[in-house]
Amino acid sequence: MKVIIDEDKCVGAGQCVLAADQVFDQREDDGIVVLLDALPPEEQHSAVEDAAARCPALAIEVLK
Amino acid sequence: MTDTQPTTRPRPDTRTQPTQRTCPFSPPEGYRTLREEAPITPVTFPDGTDGWLVSRHADVRTVLADQRFGANRRPARTDAFAPTGTPVPPPPPGMFIMMDGPEHTRIRRLLTGQFTVRRMRQLAPAVERIVAEHLDAMASAEQPVDLLRDFALPIPSLVICELLGVPYADRADFQRNSGNMLRLDASQEQVQQAHLAMNQHIHELVQAKRAHPTDDILSGLVQDGRLSDEEMAGVGALLLLAGHETTANMIALGTMCLLHHPDQLAALRADASLWDNAVEELLRYLTIIQFGLRRVVREDLELDGHRIEAGTTVLASLTSGNRDADQFTGDPDQLDVQRPYSPHLAFGHGAHQCIGQQLARVEMKAALSALFDRFPSLRLAVPAKEVPMRDDMLIYGVHALPVTW
Repeated sequence: MKVIIDEDKCVGAGQCVLAADQVFDQREDDGIVVLLDALPPEEQHSAVEDAAARCPALAIEVLK
Repeated sequence: MTDTQPTTRPRPDTRTQPTQRTCPFSPPEGYRTLREEAPITPVTFPDGTDGWLVSRHADVRTVLADQRFGANRRPARTDAFAPTGTPVPPPPPGMFIMMDGPEHTRIRRLLTGQFTVRRMRQLAPAVERIVAEHLDAMASAEQPVDLLRDFALPIPSLVICELLGVPYADRADFQRNSGNMLRLDASQEQVQQAHLAMNQHIHELVQAKRAHPTDDILSGLVQDGRLSDEEMAGVGALLLLAGHETTANMIALGTMCLLHHPDQLAALRADASLWDNAVEELLRYLTIIQFGLRRVVREDLELDGHRIEAGTTVLASLTSGNRDADQFTGDPDQLDVQRPYSPHLAFGHGAHQCIGQQLARVEMKAALSALFDRFPSLRLAVPAKEVPMRDDMLIYGVHALPVTW
């Protein structure tokens, strides 16, 4: 699994951090998504898919 | 239609969206039929113009996330909900929930850093302290207690005042103003006056903070310098309104709902780790933004086979989408605190999804879990049907919740 994020689309809702805080974080100053792990291990895959589904701005793309 | 037409804000009715609830915790029954038979349905607005109402989860998400549907109503020639087809004014300064594209992004990004998951989790101990103080006060008060007035409202109100840098002592003023902004039977003059008063109040605060900045969001915006004073006043009034009415009603209505579902409360008592999930389920099940979110189509388009012209108003029903059986496992009309999480619409969707949602989660969990811990025998002090429901407000909930224990 490969994760791609689009910072321009991100609206800083924080849903991805709730879903998968091993993979996503938010920048301190503007709340925009920070990708901690672009190639997350298998045990994180379902959480990452949950994060992509939650994202209100469709800013997370998951390639399998 | 004449100028002598009453200027009371028109109440949404069956020409636009179902409003008759048969259960205080569930959306009007009419949405089920709409989802099954006409998920994208033509409606006529109070000013006589035609528009659309979408009621399925997937379509609501589409409307709210697709840039072709704008939050700025200006592409429409008239304000569909004004009685006589008033022209649509531009969004007031700072009112970023009514802006699109770069304008919206410019303002929202100045605020998102203040509401991150990490910051809100750091705030949790302070919220828990406020909750505990109010529970102490309740414990020594004469029963019955109005849970809304003495618990559900002060907690989010204190927290948002602290975050923004608004003196909590001014709460009577701004709570009256925010109430007037949300009342369905308020005249347009009353709504506008309340809005102006709220903005004026924050405007004065902004000027005071320029002279004496403190550690809060308004002071931060003043020091940042990228917003005009008018924009800061608009942003401040918006956050103040959104930050306490919504969560207060979720806490009070959530309490009433859990009292009505003792099996769910028992599950939470048996396993406190369910509270995070329970908060999501209450948000989904109760969806207190009771009428559809308005969007205006920015260019001619097709939605599931329906042609929609530029300038048309579309209502996206969060409350209906959150009961869509195609989205949620099991029976979405049952409250189930153990239901596996699925993305719900309680905070909206798309670029405008609630900026304060992580704060709302922290406040709801802290308030509800501690309340039921502290008062295991909590119960309504009046029959449920005597609880005054907020059918008359844009944000649903209770006007008061008399409880005893």
